[in-house]
Amino acid sequence: MSAQETSTGAPDPNAAGPHDPDERGHFGPYGGRFMPEALIGALDELSAEYDKARLDPEFTAEFARLLRDYAGRPSLLTEAPRFAEHAGGARVFLKREDLNHTGSHKINNVLGQALLTKRMGKQRVIAETGAGQHGVATATACALMGLDCVVYMGEVDTERQALNVARMKLLGAEVIPVKSGSRTLKDAINEALRDWVTNVDTTHYLLGTAAGGHPFPVMVRNFHKVIGMEARAQFLDQTGRLPDAVAACVGGGSNAIGIFHGFIDDPGVRLVGIEPGGKGIETGEHGATLGHGSPGTLHGAMSYLLQDEDGQTTEAYSISAGLDYPGVGPEHSWLKDTGRAEYRSATDDEAMHAFRLLSRTEGIIPAIESSHALAGALKLGQELGPDGYLLVNLSGRGDKDMDTAAKYFGFYEES
Amino acid sequence: MGRLDPLFARTREEGRGALIGYLPAGFPTVDGSAELLRGMVDAGCDLVEVGVPYSDPVMDGPVIQAAADTALRAGFRLRDLFTTVEAVASAGGRAVVMTYWNPVFRYGVDAFARDLAAAGGLGLITPDLIPDEGADWIAASAAHDLDRIFLVAPSSSEERIALTVAASSGFVYATAVMGVTGARDQVGTSAEGLVARTRAHTALPIGVGLGVRSGAQAAEVASFADAVIVGSAFVTKATEHGVEGVRALAAELAEGVRKSPSTIG
Repeated sequence: MSAQETSTGAPDPNAAGPHDPDERGHFGPYGGRFMPEALIGALDELSAEYDKARLDPEFTAEFARLLRDYAGRPSLLTEAPRFAEHAGGARVFLKREDLNHTGSHKINNVLGQALLTKRMGKQRVIAETGAGQHGVATATACALMGLDCVVYMGEVDTERQALNVARMKLLGAEVIPVKSGSRTLKDAINEALRDWVTNVDTTHYLLGTAAGGHPFPVMVRNFHKVIGMEARAQFLDQTGRLPDAVAACVGGGSNAIGIFHGFIDDPGVRLVGIEPGGKGIETGEHGATLGHGSPGTLHGAMSYLLQDEDGQTTEAYSISAGLDYPGVGPEHSWLKDTGRAEYRSATDDEAMHAFRLLSRTEGIIPAIESSHALAGALKLGQELGPDGYLLVNLSGRGDKDMDTAAKYFGFYEES
Repeated sequence: MGRLDPLFARTREEGRGALIGYLPAGFPTVDGSAELLRGMVDAGCDLVEVGVPYSDPVMDGPVIQAAADTALRAGFRLRDLFTTVEAVASAGGRAVVMTYWNPVFRYGVDAFARDLAAAGGLGLITPDLIPDEGADWIAASAAHDLDRIFLVAPSSSEERIALTVAASSGFVYATAVMGVTGARDQVGTSAEGLVARTRAHTALPIGVGLGVRSGAQAAEVASFADAVIVGSAFVTKATEHGVEGVRALAAELAEGVRKSPSTIG
């Protein structure tokens, strides 16, 4: 196996390609660096290190080894026939990122960035987290590699994801509840950026989604491309064809961009991102940034965002802490505008219906984030009918969501 | 010719540093901020920076975050910025605006420049817009005759300092320390080095911000910089003592910038 090939024989996900942004990180009008000058040096250092590492066979081999021997890749592709009966009879396949070590796709990016942190000679890592999945993954990689870890988490999220807070602490991370603003993911990123600008000489900001200033969007995407590359080969292997559509949930959009890129050059495959519709778009309480936002700058990049007419960021809402974000990665904005991908939304109720349905029909408890993709698949299946083939990115497992689910379904009242 | 050139010509002639004071518009109310800013001008600020309260102020520490929150909760709208600038200008003060980029982008870059110029504003300080991304603003500021104040930081490379000062007019804003805004007991040794590095690339005046809160600190900074920029300390004074508080601080700082000869006189 050459350095340019993975175990599936597909091209190296880190190799440069036609879907890369320009050298300053622009995907069309989106992306770039809307960041304080004080952080540009660190972004330049990160870009230079990543550009070297992605071409370095030693780095790519070490990354591939960690994904295989530590994270448990390749993750399975599982057909879900009983679930599919509710999806218009289309065939539905699940990419099982829930089976990765730490329970979600987040580990892919975290291992890549932790390796880069070591290469840059930095000892301290900071991260933001919403649902806690990225925080847990980061704390895990830091434990593995002997790095100091500080995780910023909105106070609201520390309450609804208490189990993940405990996991991070057990792994040796310091968890700092963020009490400013809406006290959710957006404010956790603000606080992490404040820490980074203060401690940038010693600290890497291990951003958890394909957003932020260049090179984060392209780098995080490439670390997650393995999802799509594996899924494409597995889908061909199991069905002899490609799916009609690939569905993935979109908060910041890292799992979606990872799986989409396995199929981006297959024009017959629809790429469908499912955003959180919250209590319904008409209520204003949602996180459907691409569907109902407008372009602007937030957290270092130009992209769609939820904002008022004065350019103040408005608060997102979702039952899912991991999708509760008023911004989105810039490449998704570009894929929306070019029409290569389409973006829809699923409400809290639709997602929770899919959450319970997958649990009861397939014995798989999905993350509430991923349940949005499942809800999208139920509709796509109806549209495609029995001849349809669907791939759904099951980006994480739902254990962390049991408290939210038990409250939603009233399990506590029953006992 | 920059809009702020006459100001710095005068302070250089007087052999002193310029005093620049910051307060957010709309804090604690729209009328209240205009009164505070006029008080700062009366008591000795050569220039005021009118801040735009923003939902995600990632470069600001707790004091300015809280002030922005107060202003937004009190119903601050972007149109109030222009009336605030106008209130300063009509009272004979000089004002520039300091803002995160998204409110300007959302308003429309050219429209924002047009309305700021019409209100009597002299320029814009852009803490999260680097010249690399600033083509629209560079064009709009030229069209509406406004100064472009970009920032340099201790972490800036020589190449980036050169690029930044080449795009700037009026003055260059040097962030004295790596970190968010907030008063500090010591200004930090990195400030003087950064000013020296920046001077090697430009004849523009250089202002130093982040951390100054006393007359003694102002004197220290004015010994190597052309302007002393004070923000969080004014916000704290305004919170605790209102107009009298900001006037007293402005007077103390104005005395400070006159104690030590400016390096360029």
